[in-house]
Amino acid sequence: MTRMFKLPVSVMLSGVAIALFIAVTALAPVLAPYGVNEIVGISWDPPSLSSPLGTDMIGRDLLSRFIWGARVTILTAAAATLLACLLGASFGILAGLRRGWPDMVLSRFVDLVMAAPTLILAMVLLTILPRSLAFIVAIMALIEATRFYRLARLIAVDTAALDFVESAYLRGEKTLWIIFREILPNGIMPILAEFGLRFIFTVLFLSTLSFLGLGVQPPLTDWGSLIKENKDGLLFGITAALLPGVAIAVLAVAVTTMVDWITAGENGGQ
Amino acid sequence: MTIAIAALQRRRWHRGLWPYIARRLLAGAALLLVLSSLIFLGTALLPGDAASALLGRSATPAALAELREKLGLDQPLITRYLTWLSAFVQGDLGNSLMNGRAVSDSIAARLGNTLFLAGFAASIVIPLSIFLGLFSVRYRDSVIDRTITFVTRGLVALPEFFVGYLLIYALSISLGWFSSSSTVFPGMSLSSRVVATVLPCLTLVIAITGHVTTMVRACVLDVLSRPYIEMAVLKGVPHGTIVWRHALANALSPIINVVLINLAYLVAGVVVVEVVFVYPGMGQFMVDSVFNRDIPVVQASALLFAAIYIGLNLCADVLAVLANPRLGFTS
Repeated sequence: MTRMFKLPVSVMLSGVAIALFIAVTALAPVLAPYGVNEIVGISWDPPSLSSPLGTDMIGRDLLSRFIWGARVTILTAAAATLLACLLGASFGILAGLRRGWPDMVLSRFVDLVMAAPTLILAMVLLTILPRSLAFIVAIMALIEATRFYRLARLIAVDTAALDFVESAYLRGEKTLWIIFREILPNGIMPILAEFGLRFIFTVLFLSTLSFLGLGVQPPLTDWGSLIKENKDGLLFGITAALLPGVAIAVLAVAVTTMVDWITAGENGGQ
Repeated sequence: MTIAIAALQRRRWHRGLWPYIARRLLAGAALLLVLSSLIFLGTALLPGDAASALLGRSATPAALAELREKLGLDQPLITRYLTWLSAFVQGDLGNSLMNGRAVSDSIAARLGNTLFLAGFAASIVIPLSIFLGLFSVRYRDSVIDRTITFVTRGLVALPEFFVGYLLIYALSISLGWFSSSSTVFPGMSLSSRVVATVLPCLTLVIAITGHVTTMVRACVLDVLSRPYIEMAVLKGVPHGTIVWRHALANALSPIINVVLINLAYLVAGVVVVEVVFVYPGMGQFMVDSVFNRDIPVVQASALLFAAIYIGLNLCADVLAVLANPRLGFTS
């Protein structure tokens, strides 16, 4: 509790920023003045009181689209990261504990996926697969899972070599018990830190795919497609295309600062 | 990659510089071969194939079968892969499904454009970030160091498309200094080509310099914490000489590594930047082809991108060993 009172300013600001993003995601229907595809004005209306960011090419309110887009971006990225974490961490821990040929095969496959540029890999898969939200989440989760796998496997291998795990085995504990009672409590912090960093990466990944026209498809909208649709608006003084970039940067800095602070507290506090 | 290295090491090859380089080259080639099959399988095994992608959902089964036969899709997978791979290494990248033209013709000019842009950016990023990194170490904990650290940290968080459109907004739309799209064409003079690519190049520089500077600074600081540096300090060597003569020589190999790995990152970054500036390079070509589900083009571009990426990583390893030959002898 004492740490609460000497929070660094940067951490407090990051906390506020993260809370704001969560609030926008959760309360989008309340916060957004208009519906996502509601046409409220003429083409490229300049910013006004009724639409503070102006309107897009077909007259939709850009502030509303930004808020709805935040929801899609953050929820999709969170879902992909969560799936990646569950997939990567469970396979990683199992591989690290059991070793043998399944570990060998999985680890080599992960090496292979990590040796290729992620964007190129995702683009190859998106050539054939349908570009629906479910498939995009699955593709991102699969690629990101390799990072979680590596980390979790390393933690499992390191922890399994310690005396208390060995004595748990000798006591006759089951593998699942060992995973949940011995490995996870010891490895949860690095995995959580990785979760934060990977979430940021996934937001950027999703936005990039959508910006390239390969991610979220209309009628849904996200930050990346917002940039794609409104880049021509820059010519008419509609700067909404820049807003998602700022939002991503703020989110990235806030989450990284938070993760740094939490991991530093964990290491320094004991 | 690791399997190949481990297998080679188990045979207890003669350790040394050239065997090391040979081993790394072999491992890189093996990795590329496996990746090529992954890329091929990624576009061949999944539901739907080139024929259904080309004809769309309303195609009749007869038309599908006919097109499959024409494209050789009725052949077994392994035959198709080997035919594709052997044609690929001979420079025949297949024909585009969209316009039937040879992929190699369309790619050649674009690959040149992309390499020009990446090379242009690299020629600025490398000296700039090494200078900034060393400079901030030289004046460590001063206002200069803090400013450099703060700015580079901030730059790392900015997505490329944001930087790109911000530059377009500021330098092209508001000030009118540059054109917002980088038009290049064959036969263009070098100077006008450089002017046309200033904005995309600047975007890449801003996107990567932050990473490289931070890592260069960390590498040099790591070396500076070694005992022989303390020795040099104790014997009264000026701080500047310590950084430039003692630290840099030993930090060279990690720095080379960091720089080249970040250049490999250029490969992915260049895709976005090319689309932002409508630059006729490989990245934009590949995005269009993915959008149109033009499988042969995607396969060829993906393999080329992967080859460049792996090649740069390989160079990073080899150059690091050349800069610090001890690395070649450790397993």
